[in-house]
Amino acid sequence: MSNILEIKNLVKHYSGVKAVNDISMSIKSGICFGLLGPNGAGKTTTIEIAEGIIKPDFGEILYKEKPLGSLFYEETGIQFQHTSLLSFLTVKETLITFKNLYKKTIDFDYLVDVCKLEDIYNQYNDKISGGQKQRLMLAISLINDPDLIFLDEPTTGLDPQSRHHLWDIIESIKSNGKTIILTTHYMEEAEFLCDEIVILDKGKIIAQGSPEELLNNKSNKVTISIPEENIKNSIIKYHENNSLFSEIKYNKLQKKYNIHTYDVNQCLNTLLYDGVNLSNILIRSHNLEDLFLELTGKILRE
Amino acid sequence: MIKRFWTIFIARNKEYYRDKAAFGWNFIFPFLIISGFSVIFQRGGELDYKIGIIPAKSNDKSAVNIIIDKKDYKFFTFIDFNDSDIAFDKLIHHKIDLIIEKNSMPVKYWITDTSPKGIIAESLLLKKLYEKNYANIKKESIQGVQIDYLNWFFPGIISMSMMFSALFGVGYTIVRYRKNGVLKRLNATPLTAFEFLSAQIASRLFLIISTNTLLFVGCIYVFEFSCLGSYIELLIFFSLGTISIISLGLIVAARISSEELAHGVLNFFTWPMMFLSEVWFSLEGAPLWLKNFSNILPLTHVTNGLRKIMNEGATLNVLGYEICILILMSIIFMMIGSLFFKWT
Repeated sequence: MSNILEIKNLVKHYSGVKAVNDISMSIKSGICFGLLGPNGAGKTTTIEIAEGIIKPDFGEILYKEKPLGSLFYEETGIQFQHTSLLSFLTVKETLITFKNLYKKTIDFDYLVDVCKLEDIYNQYNDKISGGQKQRLMLAISLINDPDLIFLDEPTTGLDPQSRHHLWDIIESIKSNGKTIILTTHYMEEAEFLCDEIVILDKGKIIAQGSPEELLNNKSNKVTISIPEENIKNSIIKYHENNSLFSEIKYNKLQKKYNIHTYDVNQCLNTLLYDGVNLSNILIRSHNLEDLFLELTGKILRE
Repeated sequence: MIKRFWTIFIARNKEYYRDKAAFGWNFIFPFLIISGFSVIFQRGGELDYKIGIIPAKSNDKSAVNIIIDKKDYKFFTFIDFNDSDIAFDKLIHHKIDLIIEKNSMPVKYWITDTSPKGIIAESLLLKKLYEKNYANIKKESIQGVQIDYLNWFFPGIISMSMMFSALFGVGYTIVRYRKNGVLKRLNATPLTAFEFLSAQIASRLFLIISTNTLLFVGCIYVFEFSCLGSYIELLIFFSLGTISIISLGLIVAARISSEELAHGVLNFFTWPMMFLSEVWFSLEGAPLWLKNFSNILPLTHVTNGLRKIMNEGATLNVLGYEICILILMSIIFMMIGSLFFKWT
């Protein structure tokens, strides 16, 4: 599988702060590539440099092995995190306006159908809801039938139903062999949609691979959640320095202790031996959210 | 390239015409100004009157001491002319309100009968002369065509209305586009800065021409204005003037991303032009530096050219100076605007 986009040694400073610090990555054709990181990690700067919107201080971007040029703008689609459209145009007119800016265009009926725009087709674009606007912005990013699509936090601020609806659309785009570069705040979104993930922190890549690879290589821990009333405080204190329990954290909101361990069997045996009530406990393997927390020390939405 | 230019041109036009409040105000505002002034100048209004003093053929100096005793005429500004023809030309074009012949007896004076300010200046002059027991006064007739004051005023209002629409319509709109991310979105397409900016200029030119044509026709019908020159030449010159002001707006729009700052900078351009481009009043008698400053303002040349076409029937051949200046300004402004333009 050839690389559709190559990012080489990107560096970008803002007011003396290194927002992007020597980032290199290659994105293969036909995959969904996820760019994750806490706020200020440099993911929007990285993606906007890759989109050709801002210029790097150092480094280069190659699209189909060539520097960004007219071919790149003709063959890519971008959905920005924050953007507006021309006022007093209907959804239909907005789509036609953008369609006319490109040489190649997608079948209109297909686009309206896949992005579910039938109901708002003749409405002014400033009179539609947030979810509808995100679908319209996605439709605009697809209007030139692009080979490469940038989606910068496409589901932020959407209700769960709209979010899952957008996931379906992205899945269907992916199934047509398009390459997607996605930034997101939602780990379950990255796990569900992405074939490959890069985690950024402080302008640097701290982990890269498929979700499975990352979880297998970086984190094979298990989390046991025990209701507060099931376990005595003295037992928690007793095991605080026990290497079997790699970490014990109290979740105030859920009123539960979360015990992270590499050996779930021995951990459960120890807890039983200590007389801990194991009813209503929850055992789950580590997910990307846990991995992210472990790598960056922050939750993704920070 | 043409397709992309046309697409942005059409989209911007739709955006403007569908914004009924903005469209209505752009049309009504200059109409209200003209209506207001037509009422004001039927009654007489301003306090400052410009009196031209021309040399007399006679050597009798008995009148001069009375006339040029400035303490007696606190509402008058006296301007000396060595050439009577220049003074009469300025009187006809409402740049001065009254002419008195120096050193003459009887005291000879001229006004334009259609000038409300001239009529008031005449009353004040006569009152003073009668107070001094000078009864030997003679009103002389002006030779040639006299220009009605509102006809003189009308091209100024048209050009001022155009200036606001051109500067705010382009400068402010592009800054708004930049602030809310429309430019960023367009930058992610194959659209070039040249295509975008030229579509903005063309769209605004079209909007200004169409609204001002309506305004023009309405004013001709309501106020009986006349245009002595060719309508086609008027349209060509007006379009050139509009392009020069829109280009000035592009400089404001080139980089600013704050609407508040854009508002301030646009006011920085519009206020001097509004008051120093002879839209409302003539700069006759003003210091030379102020007149020179006025000449670097594009609106001065637009207003002068429009007045020459509408009031004097001038052709484009006669307006070579104004046309060259406006073309030069348009090129310079566009170059600066394009060089400094940033999408985000």
